[in-house]
Amino acid sequence: MHVPDGFLDAPTSAVTGVVAVAAVGVALVKARTELDDKTAPMAGLVAAFIFAVQMLNFPVGAGTSGHLMGGALAAVLVGPWTGILCVSVVLLVQSLLFADGGITALGTNIVLMAVSTVVVGWLVFRLLQVLLPKRMSLVPVEAGIAAFVSVPVAALVFVLLYAVGGTADIPLDTLMTAMFGVHTLIGIGEGVITGLAVGAIVAVRPDLVRGARPLLARRELVIKKAEVAA
Amino acid sequence: MKRVSTAWVVLGIAAVALVLAGVVSRFADSDPDGLTKVAEDQGFAHTEQSRDGLLGDYGSVTGVVGVLVVLGLAGGVTYALRRRHQREQS
Repeated sequence: MHVPDGFLDAPTSAVTGVVAVAAVGVALVKARTELDDKTAPMAGLVAAFIFAVQMLNFPVGAGTSGHLMGGALAAVLVGPWTGILCVSVVLLVQSLLFADGGITALGTNIVLMAVSTVVVGWLVFRLLQVLLPKRMSLVPVEAGIAAFVSVPVAALVFVLLYAVGGTADIPLDTLMTAMFGVHTLIGIGEGVITGLAVGAIVAVRPDLVRGARPLLARRELVIKKAEVAA
Repeated sequence: MKRVSTAWVVLGIAAVALVLAGVVSRFADSDPDGLTKVAEDQGFAHTEQSRDGLLGDYGSVTGVVGVLVVLGLAGGVTYALRRRHQREQS
């Protein structure tokens, strides 16, 4: 969903630029509390992995492709604040080195793919963790569903921005239908990839998955209680 | 089950990322992505101001370079944040 230069007018791009700088600024402060012995080595890798997977466009119907955005994946693996930083770095490198996403549109792309998908992905993931049974085996499923939801939401945020500052005069209802439709399909791919990636790490080292921490703390509590009883 | 060391997880993820960018990316779908296709269909694709990136297009070599740059940058930023946090704590 990388927005190129020219789709949105200058004032809108300036506003998303300010929002992006503010979000990354807050993330730089808040991420410190998330970065411990376990998440710190993961953060750079998660960003590199997302960059690599974003190169892998998959087909979503006639003549259209999609790729991972990675916000929900990053949030679940390293935490939401660090996640915003990881995806922002990916978007910066893509824009500068590959012209994938505009320069004036960098703020827009950070708002869409680093902030919106991380926030939505993390909130949906946490909500599902509260609602569903507390099982480690459900963490990849919850992450996958959260990732699925995050993509069409990011598409709707784009439509909102286009309604405010789009440079072409096009009917917004058809734009919304088209964006929502294709990104719901892309969301399925996002959900599958996120579920598989989180599942792979949960299988070998659940303690390295930040979103799985509450379950591990619970597990230790249960074991200790049993030992006391014995 | 024997616990997999953090070093192996780190190496594993790095290896997967490099193979995906360097090899698997050759098989990526070359059709326009969701937004590009919508822009074509809805008639605002012409408003795009295209330019060239420093590395040109995604390819096996440039993809691997990209992975390494992202790894260095994101790893560097988070490493610096962690160091600063540790110093403030002590």
